[in-house]
Amino acid sequence: MTVLDSKIPAGPLQDKWQNWLDAHTLVGPRNRAGKNVIVIGTGLAGASCAASLGAQGFKVKSFCFQDSPRRAHSIAAQGGINAAKDYANEGDSAHRLFKDTIKGGDFRSREANVMRLAQLSENIIDQAVAQGVPFNREYSGALATRSFGGVLVQRTFYTRGQTGQQLLLGAYSALEHQVAAGNIEVFNRHEMQDVVIVDGEARGVIVRNLITGEIERHAADAVVLASGGYTNVYYLSTNAMGSNVTATWRAHKRGAFFANPCYTQIHPTCIPQSGEYQSKLTLMSESLRNDGRIWVPRKSGDDRPPAEVPEAERYYFLEERYPAFGNLAPRDIASRAAKVVCDDGLGVGGTGRGVFLDFRDAIGAQGKDAIERKYGNLFEMYSRITGDNPYETPMMIYPAPHYAMGGLWVDYELQTTIPGLFAIGEANFSDHGANRLGASALMQCLADGYFVAPHTVTNHLAKNHDEVSTSDSAFDEVESDVRGHIQKLMDVGGGTSAQAFHREMGHVMLDKCGMSRTAEGLDEALTDMRKIKAEFWSDLRVDPGDEEFNQSLEYANRVSDFLELGELMIHDARRREESCGGHFREEHQTDDGEALRDDDHFAKVTAWEFGGDDPVPHDEALVFDDVKLATRSYK
Amino acid sequence: MKFTLEIWRQFDGSDENDKGRFETFQVEDIDPDASLLEVLDQLNERLSREKQRNIAFDSDCREGICGACSLVIDGTPHGPQQVTSCQTYMRDFIDGQTITIEPYRANTFPVIRDLAVDRGALDRVIQAGGYISTTTGPQPDPNAMPVSPEVQEQAMDAAICIGCGACVAACPNGAAMLFTGAKVTHLNVLPQGQPERQDRVIGMVEQMDAEGFGGCTNYGECSRVCPQEISIDVIGMLNREYRKAKLTKKSKPDKAMTTQ
Repeated sequence: MTVLDSKIPAGPLQDKWQNWLDAHTLVGPRNRAGKNVIVIGTGLAGASCAASLGAQGFKVKSFCFQDSPRRAHSIAAQGGINAAKDYANEGDSAHRLFKDTIKGGDFRSREANVMRLAQLSENIIDQAVAQGVPFNREYSGALATRSFGGVLVQRTFYTRGQTGQQLLLGAYSALEHQVAAGNIEVFNRHEMQDVVIVDGEARGVIVRNLITGEIERHAADAVVLASGGYTNVYYLSTNAMGSNVTATWRAHKRGAFFANPCYTQIHPTCIPQSGEYQSKLTLMSESLRNDGRIWVPRKSGDDRPPAEVPEAERYYFLEERYPAFGNLAPRDIASRAAKVVCDDGLGVGGTGRGVFLDFRDAIGAQGKDAIERKYGNLFEMYSRITGDNPYETPMMIYPAPHYAMGGLWVDYELQTTIPGLFAIGEANFSDHGANRLGASALMQCLADGYFVAPHTVTNHLAKNHDEVSTSDSAFDEVESDVRGHIQKLMDVGGGTSAQAFHREMGHVMLDKCGMSRTAEGLDEALTDMRKIKAEFWSDLRVDPGDEEFNQSLEYANRVSDFLELGELMIHDARRREESCGGHFREEHQTDDGEALRDDDHFAKVTAWEFGGDDPVPHDEALVFDDVKLATRSYK
Repeated sequence: MKFTLEIWRQFDGSDENDKGRFETFQVEDIDPDASLLEVLDQLNERLSREKQRNIAFDSDCREGICGACSLVIDGTPHGPQQVTSCQTYMRDFIDGQTITIEPYRANTFPVIRDLAVDRGALDRVIQAGGYISTTTGPQPDPNAMPVSPEVQEQAMDAAICIGCGACVAACPNGAAMLFTGAKVTHLNVLPQGQPERQDRVIGMVEQMDAEGFGGCTNYGECSRVCPQEISIDVIGMLNREYRKAKLTKKSKPDKAMTTQ
């Protein structure tokens, strides 16, 4: 059995990263132009990593499937980014941010990684401001902060409700700066199909040019996957239409272990689904929970307009169940609470799967103008999508799949089990444990991309690598596999679009491997998924022509991987006989319905080795020296 | 609801000189809360069942922020609502009406297939100066350089550009001045943007010209279709910045002297 070596440096927790930096191997400035790095994805992690490596003088090839690197889905993050700067003078510190993140993740993340993340958080804000990211400011001209779910301090920095957009455009501008400087070459509308391994190390990729359909080979000294998360496995999610698991899944099939795939985050504040035709769900920033109060009528079937429901007949279920954190309870807890009240028949809206998010009291106390300044664009967006005016009537919200805490297993250096293959941002599993706190994704992606991977990748590049050519036989073999897979998709010759299969599998995954799971449901889900997979491979319809612009082929290719990933998620959820964070097994709950962890058996990471129908689990024990394992309570 | 869709098809066969044409599709049982792109999804599912080639179009986030979607709807980029194509809902149309759907029409945005176009020229304009030339590493504490909320708001009002290119498609001259003006305004009003203020505007304007974008003659169509409602004032700012830079810019010190 493989022993997973997390390579956590020695020394006191707060010194580990500095110790690592002091000891790692460098590449001299004059040798850097001879080292090549491939970065897959141009979101916050990928763009910042490519820009940072380029600025150091390495030669970088950056790939994205979108028509421009600026479109990566980090752009849609709304609320903010955490940093332990303590500008609000609340006694905040890196150690507090670390502790909040470990607790928020339900004690299922690595202490050393999370501490590094917390320590780097301050640098990210400084870096972004230097790039011209226009964070909101106080009248004094100082940076403004606000509060987010799961914490008791105001450490979240924001640019209105478009923080992801502005941070991504900052990273994108740094990337384009390096393109102009000749250090980065961008390949847009190119999708990674597979990773090429030579002598045990990742030395290149096979990509498909989405415009011409050409299959291309690219060689490098290191490959960085920054290809994002996989919640589109649920079909309807807050992800973009193109968000997919292909890059990480294909790497998994080549030997990279996939960790904790069952940890997915269902975000509490999204616009409820309105019909079967719907192609995606839209998130409303969690920051709204600072001023909005969440409630349902106490009586089932109460169809009075919300404004007419008297105070005594409103069930503010988060405030009642979690008085200390109230509406700012962490995401997994808030989502499950909404599901429970809807399961009890108290849900509102056409489908009964919705709860109110009400700004009446905040508008009364602070005035409409103040609310508009904070959330104007979110209110506008809500009213654009639903046709309702949230200044006058409460929003309706319901949880939706949003973020993947699981991902490729990486060590402290963000290196996967394949040497030379790194995974950063949402594509890896490392920092959020079983649940991610709000405003932590932007932080992790940028910490990985600006400040961690540029050094750990350098450390790998400093080793002597033989020249590798794209005519190496390893490239022949992988390219032939890629072509074979595409041909197989083209050859099915059925009459059903990939989207129809995607929708069908999404129903199964959400129903049986979503917000709550049971052993029985998971077993059924596995059978259902295998059935859908078999139908996919017998009745798929793809437009003819693989050597041209063919969006139906792109889609089918991605769905073929989601079908396989879904099975692994089910295996993982089945094996983890406990409830923790986003993974709630109904068999494991307390008397009042809270998640019940089993630290004796499951204080560990499960990293799966690819094995087709029989994947092989490997465990990495989680050791807690600094924080004490405790029942997570927000009451 | 039901609609007649007149959809532009081009380069959907092997003819490299395909001049394109409209094809007509009837769609029925449409939910008023469905978006126009979701209707295209449904139509594509039907085309798959009928073993017909799907209609190609770009979209990604479907919440109005990534800028990928790029349809001309009833003659207007993104349609009459001044929102992105993906935020156009069927309730915005009249039951039974005919809706015309075309790709962006601009020489600088060549059609790839059907409704999908190549907007790489906009990335190249950014490469010519749409950034602050800082690199990753220790930076000053942001509060050491206060920025008044008014300046922050002015920068942010321009920085929200999603790079969709609707402004170019709407402009009778095919100008990209709203796009470029937005980036120049965002960076040139901030204290961090001052050192490169002149190089930035000159570089970006010259790249705009090199790509073949036209010039502004004050039609104002760009701002009228902009889903982010970016004000045409950014074009005034772009012109002022450009003139000032051309008149007052001192030649750069020798690069060797600054880097050694």
